[in-house]
Amino acid sequence: MTQAIGQPTVVRRTRTKKMDARTFVFKVLMYAFLTMTATIVLIPMISLFTVSLQPADASTTSLSWPTNPDWENYVIAWTKGDFPLPMLMLNSLLVALAVVPIGVTVSVLAGYAFGTMKFPGSNILFYIFMIGLVMPFEATIVPLYYQLRSMGLINNLWGVILPQVALFCAFGIFWMRQFFMASPPALVEAARIDGANSLRILRSVLLPIAWPPVLTLATLMFIWSWNEFLLSLVVLDRGTRTAPSGLGTFMGQWVSDIPALSAAAIIIALPTVLLYIALNRKIISGILQGAVKG
Amino acid sequence: MSASVTHGMPRTQLSKKSGPKSRKNFRFSWKEGYIGFAYLIPAGTLFVTFMLTPLIQTFNLSLWDWSGIQGAPATWVGLDNYRQVLSDPESLSALSHSMVFILTFCIIPVSLGITFAALFSRQKIAGLVFFRTVVFLPQVIASVVIGIAWRWVYQDRGTLNQFLGFFGIESTRGWLGDFDWALPAVGVIGSWVMTGLCMVLFLSGVGRIDSDLYDAVKVDGGGAFREFFSVTLPGLRPELTVATTITIIAALRTFDIVFVTTKGGPGKETIVPGTEIYRLAFRENAIGEAATMAVVLAIIVFTLVRTVAWLLRDRDGINT
Repeated sequence: MTQAIGQPTVVRRTRTKKMDARTFVFKVLMYAFLTMTATIVLIPMISLFTVSLQPADASTTSLSWPTNPDWENYVIAWTKGDFPLPMLMLNSLLVALAVVPIGVTVSVLAGYAFGTMKFPGSNILFYIFMIGLVMPFEATIVPLYYQLRSMGLINNLWGVILPQVALFCAFGIFWMRQFFMASPPALVEAARIDGANSLRILRSVLLPIAWPPVLTLATLMFIWSWNEFLLSLVVLDRGTRTAPSGLGTFMGQWVSDIPALSAAAIIIALPTVLLYIALNRKIISGILQGAVKG
Repeated sequence: MSASVTHGMPRTQLSKKSGPKSRKNFRFSWKEGYIGFAYLIPAGTLFVTFMLTPLIQTFNLSLWDWSGIQGAPATWVGLDNYRQVLSDPESLSALSHSMVFILTFCIIPVSLGITFAALFSRQKIAGLVFFRTVVFLPQVIASVVIGIAWRWVYQDRGTLNQFLGFFGIESTRGWLGDFDWALPAVGVIGSWVMTGLCMVLFLSGVGRIDSDLYDAVKVDGGGAFREFFSVTLPGLRPELTVATTITIIAALRTFDIVFVTTKGGPGKETIVPGTEIYRLAFRENAIGEAATMAVVLAIIVFTLVRTVAWLLRDRDGINT
């Protein structure tokens, strides 16, 4: 983002007076609009936060700063809420920590093949993989459930991990192919002339320069995996669920302690939000580019 | 990244045009070429097992009557499930709710996003990075959390009623429990999630448009409308395709948010294909019908995605 702050003022001075007023009004309206939009986006999140600080017994008014902000709700949510939050979080973490390395590895390998090699049927195979970009779990969940049951993967974290990898690798392959296609051919050629085989070229020539896209891919896969809902709702049982699906089901059954539940929701959102704050440019440009090039 | 992508393009063109001799330089040779398959095996195995097979199996299951209970017999019913589902008022209302969601998840955010980009594209905006970070935030938050946050917005003493009260409209309506308002209320959540994505997407697209084109319109004496229809809109074609595709898929597959906010209620006012598939398969053991609903959903998704790609195709080949 290149922003020349102060430059507009200089330009404005040289213009006519009428133009000056119009630009000024336009700018005011523009910033009013931007502020309003950002506020609308933040308000539901702020409401969630203020609710999480209300005393447990009061009937809650959503957007109001409580007279005595009750931070205790976070402790309650973590330790003795309606459901075992630490365990749910641990399950989510285990799933994501398996999905990310497996997903990245299979995506790098396949993306490398699609990006640098031509072999019979490579185009068709690539388009078949891209079905995963369009088809959500909603379309496959029914037979997937029975297939996982016959494989003994129901109520098993692998029953969530492997299908997630299968779904996310569509994007991953696409993303890594993009990178490998753009990598300088001279680099690969030089290694080939030296007699390096394809695996060696990948390992010692291309991977060392591939870490930025790999890191972005890993981050995106972590976020998607952490937030995934339907699959873990169906495949996992109460105690072994991941955080979002665990929260979702408890939400549906009974809500006894609204502030603690809101605190739990915030705790669950925290890992991805923190990751986003730390890496937001990478994440935004990753999602945008992945989208546009697709 | 986008620069390096274009950087790689000449290579692809070269390898297509040049003869057999140079082909050897640019591609792996024929025998080595088969090595490509080896690299596909890990991803391919997982993809075939957990994505492709279930997708094909969905079609198969939709032709049977089966309870899903282990060892229970399945009866071949042909297209009966389709007759059943496509004449069932409940499934049809689920599908019609999806159409409402296309309005709120897709059409509204895309229109807002493109208007936003057209109005402010050529302005220097202080704090743009901050703005972008904020409006993109819904993309990284679990939809369950989003659903819970919006429940407190819509509750009887919630943020929305507080806001209305601020303008002197007293309301104690619980929006998500209201037969008339529940569906639009859930739909608005979709607009909330998607508008930021569309804005950021179009903004980045506008930045890519050659500013000479705007100058040319100005020299021709064209106004803001001409500028929009002859430069901005054609220039944003790739982003428009993407934004429409992503948001349509999101509208049709909606499950998490409905599950958390209304569970399809009140009554059946907010049921969608996703919740119907879940209910039929995992609550009522009607596997055939659930699979049928999934096939219908998959066909609609695929058809709409193809239609969007066709409608917004590059007619005159100006943009690649």
